[in-house]
Amino acid sequence: MKKIEAIIRPEKFNIVRDALTELGYPGMTVTEVKGHGSQKGISEVWRGRRYRVDLLSKIKIEIIVKDADVEKIVNTIINESQTGSIGDGKIFVFNVENVYRIRTKESGETAI
Amino acid sequence: MKFATNKIIISAWLLAIISGIFTLGSGIVEAGDPNGSATYTDSIDGLKYAVNFTWTLVGAFLVFSMQSGFAFLGGFLRQKNMLGYMAHCFIDSTFGAVVFYIFGFALMFGGSQLTPGLEYGNSFIGWDGFFLAGRSYDVQTIMFWLFQMVFATKTVSIIAGAVAERMKFVPYIIYSFLMCGLIYPIYGHWVWGGGWLSTLPIGAGVKDFAGCACVHTIGGIMAFVGAWVLGPRKGKYNPDGTPNAIPGHNLVYVVIGTLVLAFGWFGFNAGSTLAATDLRISVVATNTFIAAATGASIMLFVQWALTGYIDVPFICNGALAGLVAITAPCAYVAPWAAAVIGLLSGLIMRGAVWLVEVVFKVDDPLGAVAVHAANGIWGMLAIGIFADGTYQGVTGLIMGSGWQLLAQFIGTIVAIAWAFAWGAAVFFSLKYTMGLRVSELTENEGVDVHIHGSPCYPVEEEFLTPLTGEAAIDLEQERKQLSLLEEALSKDREREKIYSEKLGRWVYARIKTEKNKTK
Repeated sequence: MKKIEAIIRPEKFNIVRDALTELGYPGMTVTEVKGHGSQKGISEVWRGRRYRVDLLSKIKIEIIVKDADVEKIVNTIINESQTGSIGDGKIFVFNVENVYRIRTKESGETAI
Repeated sequence: MKFATNKIIISAWLLAIISGIFTLGSGIVEAGDPNGSATYTDSIDGLKYAVNFTWTLVGAFLVFSMQSGFAFLGGFLRQKNMLGYMAHCFIDSTFGAVVFYIFGFALMFGGSQLTPGLEYGNSFIGWDGFFLAGRSYDVQTIMFWLFQMVFATKTVSIIAGAVAERMKFVPYIIYSFLMCGLIYPIYGHWVWGGGWLSTLPIGAGVKDFAGCACVHTIGGIMAFVGAWVLGPRKGKYNPDGTPNAIPGHNLVYVVIGTLVLAFGWFGFNAGSTLAATDLRISVVATNTFIAAATGASIMLFVQWALTGYIDVPFICNGALAGLVAITAPCAYVAPWAAAVIGLLSGLIMRGAVWLVEVVFKVDDPLGAVAVHAANGIWGMLAIGIFADGTYQGVTGLIMGSGWQLLAQFIGTIVAIAWAFAWGAAVFFSLKYTMGLRVSELTENEGVDVHIHGSPCYPVEEEFLTPLTGEAAIDLEQERKQLSLLEEALSKDREREKIYSEKLGRWVYARIKTEKNKTK
């Protein structure tokens, strides 16, 4: 089992979610996050004085999937959310030791 | 380069104003009555002037407060576009006032001879009182100007709600200029400035007490054309034409805004007598509120029956619908008629929302068309139906005379045609010259950040860095990245939305493929 953690542009979230829904996925957790990588952030103006918002709004999607599905999901996210501009985000894949479903006490792959 | 041309336009504009002030301000010798000493005397007649001045000015101040009501209605919009909408409202009430001061007022009331210094004009257009200089530098004329100016700026603001969230700023300024300078004043001249509609030999001529046609129909129809030419917001309509809800961000503002508007409306209607010695003001003010109350009440029950919820935004719109509909008939009808007008106005507003959203597929975020256009028309016709002959001899159908209704009908048709023709001319010509709509990126991230430089509700201090010396290089890089992003996002337009049976809703799909078409 793997955990896919994707940080994407908020404006691309709807498209990514719809594409994933078409593909089929076990479930997702979505968080609004703030952060930055190499993107410096955009500058804004407050009463004539420029400032920069360092930490930009992004959306973090967390999905736990079977090993076989990782590539499919990751590719979909990349295809849908890529714009080619700095700030498109990143995808991290982690190993997951075990999963428990609280309602039924199931564990392992069936609990995803 | 772009910034340089903007600066040139701005300086030219300032120069025009200043030179106008200096050339026309020199005509002080031929001024009317600039300090009021010729108008006021220590007598009953003088006191009448004083009390009427007070009344009209208080009315003007109340009408001005309506602008904050309009601004508050931005709660119907999404957070990311709030500042853009409020900027529209604000420039309407400031920039619009400047235009009205320079020539709008002269075109509207020249030749009406309502106050000193407004002598020249014919039944189609006036040309006296420019810059409030010369003979129109008179206490009465200037009091009258203030009252009319706040009306003009309200008319312009009506459209801000319909085009919100997606209109560029420069076209909006041009629209605002034309609306305050030509479209509103010329029609206003026909009805209020002694023009051909007011002297129509049918019934008592076209009657529009406080502006159902002049303000609301003109503003509402312009709003309809503007929203139609602009096109709907992204995500408002599915490919099969069914509309989606786009919830606003703050209903507190909506409720407060409605209450502030209702408060200001007392000045709008009752102040339109321009005289406190005209004791009809109590009837006018009461009718105004009764219509608002019945309009809101009917919407309470209608929405309750339709959805099972007490739908507060619709109740607020119902109150506004009643206020709009009573604007013209408030002085001519009895309170029972005001109640009926208000009840029907709520239903008309609900019908018009459906008509605009579902049938015409025009996206109107604040419901400006349903509230202002539909009920402006209804209010005009209501005079011809409910006027009871107790004020200025205006009689309607209930008194057995259909002539007034015919006059009102003509006045309304002219207003619709006038606003529609101008609206189409202005918005289509702007659309094909400079473009009306903001880019995909701006629409996605909100006009606040991209046009006004800052979100309406800025982020917390911890997330900010002040920009220092090397910032200039970064700014260039930033622009490059933005244009890349803009290009990528504009490709999203080519995406097809497909209906997912699995989810029972519309989903985004990849750029058209055979597989999707067969689904």
